Amino acid sequence: MDQLVKIAEYANPDILVTTQWLKQNLDKVIVVESDEDILLYETGHIPGSVKLDWHTELNHPLRRDYLESAQFAELMNIKGIGRQDTVVLYGDRSNWWATYAFWVFKLFGHEKVLLLDGGRNKWIADGGELTKDKPTFSSKDYPVVERNDSEIRAFRDEVLGHLGKPMVDVRSPEEYSGERLHMPDFPNEGATRGGHIPTAASIPWSKAIQQDETFRPIAELEKLYFSDTGFDRDSDFIAYCRIGERSSHSWFVLKYLLGVKSVRNYDGSWTEWGNLVGAPIATGVDPGVAA
Amino acid sequence: MTRAADEIVADFQFLEGSDRLQLLLEFSEALPDLDERYGEHPELLERVEECQSPIFIAVDGTAEAIKLHFSAPRESPTTRGFASILFGALSSHSAAEIMELSDDFPTKLGLDHIITPLRVRGMRGMLARIKRKTAELVAEHG
Repeated sequence: MDQLVKIAEYANPDILVTTQWLKQNLDKVIVVESDEDILLYETGHIPGSVKLDWHTELNHPLRRDYLESAQFAELMNIKGIGRQDTVVLYGDRSNWWATYAFWVFKLFGHEKVLLLDGGRNKWIADGGELTKDKPTFSSKDYPVVERNDSEIRAFRDEVLGHLGKPMVDVRSPEEYSGERLHMPDFPNEGATRGGHIPTAASIPWSKAIQQDETFRPIAELEKLYFSDTGFDRDSDFIAYCRIGERSSHSWFVLKYLLGVKSVRNYDGSWTEWGNLVGAPIATGVDPGVAA
Repeated sequence: MTRAADEIVADFQFLEGSDRLQLLLEFSEALPDLDERYGEHPELLERVEECQSPIFIAVDGTAEAIKLHFSAPRESPTTRGFASILFGALSSHSAAEIMELSDDFPTKLGLDHIITPLRVRGMRGMLARIKRKTAELVAEHG
């Protein structure tokens, strides 16, 4: 399927850009790279792009939380991003961390944020140029904007109240069933219990991705998230994973590609739920029931 | 600690923040290509499960001079950097010197705050794997 035709069918087609579009519009946007491997940008990046380090730059330095309003404004000033700028995010591993950064931008209500369909690997596959030159930036006086957690972020008590409503566990099937406490190939980040939040459906995040790392066409996504689960697309959705990164990817798919009106990312995710005293847990391949 | 390991720690400690990252990048670029013998026989390499990116390790040579071999994709520069540091600190050293390297060596590089602690743990996994395979090699050949 042609990529432009595919994109046109999404609920919000304007949220995605192609390699070709980006090549022609590099001077009109601020390109931001957010990778799982924090050294990748240094090995070569899209000309003019800015590096955003999800680990050291988006999190609160002390608490398990995101940046505060003034800290986000300061970060934007360091990166040379203005409030009115159009930001195009891309990254490795099918935009896994790019969508995480996307979600954080939206916590602060940055309006114009786009995503490069297929991310870093598609750019390279399409013959896009990479450079090791790092651009210099100057502050554009980003305003201090209050972080708004209410619309796209879910907290544990809200998740508890959401049992039985559409909820998506985007981790690997083995993590969902409780066979293992962490992703295959990844070290355990410290959950004391295995399994999933009762009633959550298992839809590993990467199922939304095609071979070339672009998103699947809308019909396939609708089957995956609605037909196969029986979830009503007009309901409220919550997505979670291990620390909220993979579920940002599924959050993006649900909200922007499928057009679900209310989707929240539970960033506490399994590293909170799997340690929470008294929290209900289901194991095995079945979603389980709300106790 | 081998002298090479000491020097690597000193080099990292001498630098700050982003310069440490730059040094790690230089290490990743310096990781030697995989010996042909292993390229043709990937089954001789062992996968390190603790690492986020696929990395394979093989240990050969003699107890007096152990040789380390690593295979990691170019798209995983951090993992390659770790492998290259361990290569620089340990390869061509004796089995005894390898066994003596502190398990805490990865932490001493001072990378915890600029890369994730999770990744530093991956490097500890690599080191543990190298030690185990070194011990096995020595046991096999007396």
